Amino acid sequence: MKSYLPLIVGMMAVTYLPRLLPLIALSERPLNPLLRRFFLYIPYTALGALIIRGAMEAEPEMAVATLAGIGVAAAFSWIRGGLVTSVAASIIAAFLILYYL
Amino acid sequence: MVPEGVEIKQQTLGIKEGLVAGIPVVIGYFPVAMAFGLLSRSVDISLVDSCLFSLVVFAGASQFMALDLIKAGIAAGDIVLATFLLNLRHLMMSASLAVRLKEIKRGWLLFIAFGITDESFSVASLKSGKLSVRFLLALQGIAYVAWAGGTFVGYLIGTALPAAVQSSLGIGLYAMFTAILVPEIKKSYSVLFLAAFSGSIYVFIDYFRLLPSGWSLIVAIVAASAAGLLFVKDEGREDRI
Repeated sequence: MKSYLPLIVGMMAVTYLPRLLPLIALSERPLNPLLRRFFLYIPYTALGALIIRGAMEAEPEMAVATLAGIGVAAAFSWIRGGLVTSVAASIIAAFLILYYL
Repeated sequence: MVPEGVEIKQQTLGIKEGLVAGIPVVIGYFPVAMAFGLLSRSVDISLVDSCLFSLVVFAGASQFMALDLIKAGIAAGDIVLATFLLNLRHLMMSASLAVRLKEIKRGWLLFIAFGITDESFSVASLKSGKLSVRFLLALQGIAYVAWAGGTFVGYLIGTALPAAVQSSLGIGLYAMFTAILVPEIKKSYSVLFLAAFSGSIYVFIDYFRLLPSGWSLIVAIVAASAAGLLFVKDEGREDRI
């Protein structure tokens, strides 16, 4: 079996550094207000793109269940809030669709 | 000086809150990591290497991509480059988190940085209250254990769970992103604009294949956040928009 250690180390470096450098560089200095706003928008824009990516990358046979899971989570969290209940409800919905369709 | 009442209003989040916040992440990570373990075995990667991927890289999307590329016979250097592109989004997430982590000792940042994933970032950055080292390490810690543990178990015993259960738990991660975002949309329609705009850019780039796939996420995030500066009124709130 081939050793993948060089690949693993390389991947670690390019994964860890982008996670580390901004945190080190920005956490101690006061930020330009515009830049600060930009960074505070990141969670929302990241989530928007991640959710869409999930829906688009789903395998064809998973597409309906994925959309249903996302839809149920949206409905639950809109009405009730609560991360764990929303996620649980959507997992159940996705399961039922995958199991019975 | 901040008046005392203001200090009290923002509860400092501790270990317990971190572990609870991590539950949905763990539920999603474990089965997905099992799938990674099993898949890496089928690509002829040793148990040690498979676990090392999860233990030292700790990046779900990149690890699955690497398996694909290994299978296709792509050279290690190119896989590293592709990983770099895919992980550029964490540059943005890390910067965003930094804004909320002013009072944390630098040494801890080395560990917190390692645990920044899409999921832990999403949970932490929209959690109300004051982020503490304890909260972040607890959240990231159980996520890490679930990811590494899932890889090990998946490699050794296969997925073990029925396929439908396995897949629906994986879908749970996208459900989690949604359930984090929606309550924020309820509070402010600016959030809807930001998220929908970013999603639309992603779809546009991805659908027309305008950029290599690693770029789509980072471009969508940066462009939509920049558009937010132009179109979203600054509501002047300290920790949120």
